[in-house]
Amino acid sequence: METTFPRLLLGHAADRPGAAAMREKEYGIWQALTWRALAAMVEQIAAGLHLAGLRRGEHMVVMGANRPRLYATMLAAQSLGAIPVPLYQDAAAAECAFPIQNADVRFAMAEDQEQVDKLLEVRPSCPLLQAIWYDDPRGLRNYGEPGLASLDALMASGAEHVRAHPDFLRTEVDAGQPDDVAAMFFTSGTTGQPKGVVHSHRTLLDRAHAGAEFDKLGPQEEVLAYLPPAWIGQNIFSYAQWLACGYVVNCPESADTVMIDLKEIGPTYYFAPPRIFESLLTSVMIRMEDAGAIKRRMFQGFMALARRVGPALRDGEPVGALDRFKYALGDLMVYGPLRNNLGLSRVRVAYTAGEAIGPDLFSFYRAIGINLKQLYGSTETAVFVCMQPDHQVRADTVGVPCRDVEIQVADSGEILVRTPGLLREYYKNPEATAEVKTADGWYRTGDAGFLDAQGHLRIIDRAKDVGRLADGAMFAPKYIENKLKFFPHIKEAVAVGDGRGHVCAMVNIDFEAVGNWAERRNLPYAGYTDLAQKPQVYELIRECVEQVNADLAQDERLAGSQVHRFLVLHKELDADDGELTRTNKVRRGFIAEKYAVLVDALYGGRTEQFIETQVRFEDGRTGSVSATLRIADARTFPPLRAAA
Amino acid sequence: MTTTTLPVPGIVPPGPAPATADAIPAATERQLGGVILDVRNISLAFGGVKALTDISFDVREHEIRAIIGPNGAGKSSMLNCINGVYQPQQGTISLRGQNFRHMKSRQVAELGVARTFQNLALFKGMSVLDNIMTGRNLRMRSNILLQALRIGPAEREEIRHREAVERIIDFLEIQPWRKTPVGQLPYGLQKRVDLGRALAMEPQVLLLDEPMAGMNLEEKQDMCRFILDVNDEFGTTVVLIEHDMGVVMDISDRVVVLDYGRKIGDGTPDEVRRNPDVIKAYLGTSH
Repeated sequence: METTFPRLLLGHAADRPGAAAMREKEYGIWQALTWRALAAMVEQIAAGLHLAGLRRGEHMVVMGANRPRLYATMLAAQSLGAIPVPLYQDAAAAECAFPIQNADVRFAMAEDQEQVDKLLEVRPSCPLLQAIWYDDPRGLRNYGEPGLASLDALMASGAEHVRAHPDFLRTEVDAGQPDDVAAMFFTSGTTGQPKGVVHSHRTLLDRAHAGAEFDKLGPQEEVLAYLPPAWIGQNIFSYAQWLACGYVVNCPESADTVMIDLKEIGPTYYFAPPRIFESLLTSVMIRMEDAGAIKRRMFQGFMALARRVGPALRDGEPVGALDRFKYALGDLMVYGPLRNNLGLSRVRVAYTAGEAIGPDLFSFYRAIGINLKQLYGSTETAVFVCMQPDHQVRADTVGVPCRDVEIQVADSGEILVRTPGLLREYYKNPEATAEVKTADGWYRTGDAGFLDAQGHLRIIDRAKDVGRLADGAMFAPKYIENKLKFFPHIKEAVAVGDGRGHVCAMVNIDFEAVGNWAERRNLPYAGYTDLAQKPQVYELIRECVEQVNADLAQDERLAGSQVHRFLVLHKELDADDGELTRTNKVRRGFIAEKYAVLVDALYGGRTEQFIETQVRFEDGRTGSVSATLRIADARTFPPLRAAA
Repeated sequence: MTTTTLPVPGIVPPGPAPATADAIPAATERQLGGVILDVRNISLAFGGVKALTDISFDVREHEIRAIIGPNGAGKSSMLNCINGVYQPQQGTISLRGQNFRHMKSRQVAELGVARTFQNLALFKGMSVLDNIMTGRNLRMRSNILLQALRIGPAEREEIRHREAVERIIDFLEIQPWRKTPVGQLPYGLQKRVDLGRALAMEPQVLLLDEPMAGMNLEEKQDMCRFILDVNDEFGTTVVLIEHDMGVVMDISDRVVVLDYGRKIGDGTPDEVRRNPDVIKAYLGTSH
């Protein structure tokens, strides 16, 4: 692909000057920005940056939400051969300091007062940072800081230069090559400093095209850009693929209006992490609870039908004529209006990625007729590694390798990837680069998984968390925990079993869901600890565990990981007690240590165990919770092959 | 889909208004000007009840001026006098040197004085947008018939007013509720809409009657920011009544203190804070 982002921009501006490139809702009306107007804007910004002294190969920070003029700034920087570094707009000021220092940034473009304040705050520790421009002048009138100016002023100075040098942009763009560095994305490292992932025009555009071909995307697509542009997912969907395909990117009015804007725009190509789909579903369910009895009955009836036949219809499997008729009726009365309400009625292709999605959540959207699929990728691979083709969609796989991608599973279970979209390096960090890139071009994903019989990739866990049972079988704790957590009654789960004969689990009930369940059964309880130890609750959880076991038994590689024994914890795992990380991930090692008595009891065959735990309250005081926990056995199933 | 006819940069950023008529006045540097509103020896009585006795103070241009005092001190009465709702028995009020003791509230509004209300007086069944639009009423030129039929200049005018209203919606960050009936909004947001409607008049002087009453801390902080922004961006002079001493002291340039209808203090927040009469009125004294 012998092209660069700025060349694509000039191409669109020449071929379809009057077509909309972006839209932004301003003053209640969607205002379109044409490719011609965008190119002119980019030219002025580029000229302004050139006059300010931005050099080829230099990094420039862009910090803010999805705003057309920030996109134009990234294009302007790339036109000059400089490298835009998008930073998260919701990051704290201290977090911005490292990327700015690391990349020797002299120039920054900020969206508004909030971002300017952060940049000014870190400036004392970033002596090189000399100029900051801002898009939205509100509240900044009385800032007398040196080097702070508005984007309008920058463009005005640029316009002057363009008048004197009409060929300025063309000349600069022609000097850029596909193998030049196009952008740098900082990954939020869970440990240590973030790492700058360096991508060239070639790597980003190759993957953008691969994804576009896979789903036959064209210039007619509509996309809503509402996730942080510093995240590579958003950047690929609303920047790289935008320029590759020439479709329209719509910028929401503000973060609070995204749902309204989504409905107004009706995107045809949509991308969101599972949590967004989850909150959408929750809002639907809450509103249905408040609806009248007739509507509620209709919704429940048709949703039951949709769950039964919807996914089959989407996958093109045979469905009986009567069911087809009923589904069509449901589409008219429930699914269609629901899709419209969610703003997803025009969606042709929707993707979710980033983390595992619950099968119920996933199939809900597919059932009501939305072509929701999964993909697999990371910042380092410019997103597209695996994608699910239409009609081959499953909740527990992430699809087949897309164009030019090779996949290999290492002996450790780690997935290795060879792709044209691979990062060049981690910026100024050869050790980290060497850790993930092998000499012959393979990239270590750090994920463990395997290709199933149909050639679909299945991710089971982070490679470093995968252990072995005593008999050598693979033990993927997060995979089991996720399966348990997908049940609404289970909030958290911790699986233990590394180096042991079999797997045991400790479970946290979801107080709200189980409390609700208990109330409907007239089951009295005094509080969390009491409810958790009710025999009926154990029965409820046992059903969940056994269903997970039945699922695991389907796969011979994972059949050994079935949960033999489990207990329900007497307290909720809490970040304040160090049991969860601040992003609510279980700290397995810490928990195994803290609850060593329980682990011993699980493996020692006991039926109950007394435990006393220190807890830290929100105001900093500590107290203790004690209880005698019951330990229950769960049925396990023979592996599928043995049963056949 | 609308294709823009705007010149490059294509999208007008919020902020300094373009030179369209009726747009929000261009921003000015924040520096206090001369006296814009002068209140001299005002006395107001309802029958035998003296609400205000011989009150005098002035408000300078671009200033944030607070009127504080305990319950029943006469704060709202004072505002109603300035606003033309009450006619004081004695004294004069002048705006930019123009005396308006005997003016009606409409005339006062035409002079560029807008206000918000302690107990909201919004149209509950109408949307946020329409409520703010009512604030443009004074600036509508075409008659009701033309407006109803949307003919002639009426449509152009409507578009212009709608744009001004949208700028206010943007300014107050209430875009998500643009089309929501006001009655469905939480109280703090209704207060913001009330402020928006007053701003729609493009007032020179903005009278705010307890803008922070009944709000939680976060809503108060938001409202403070909007008041400061209005003052800063549009150069609007603000006269506000407030109960919450903390808020007043933080954002006002000068403060008038009333108690039982009399002025007991006047000066910068620091001066007022040290004034023994004010301390007595607020905290009481031991006898």
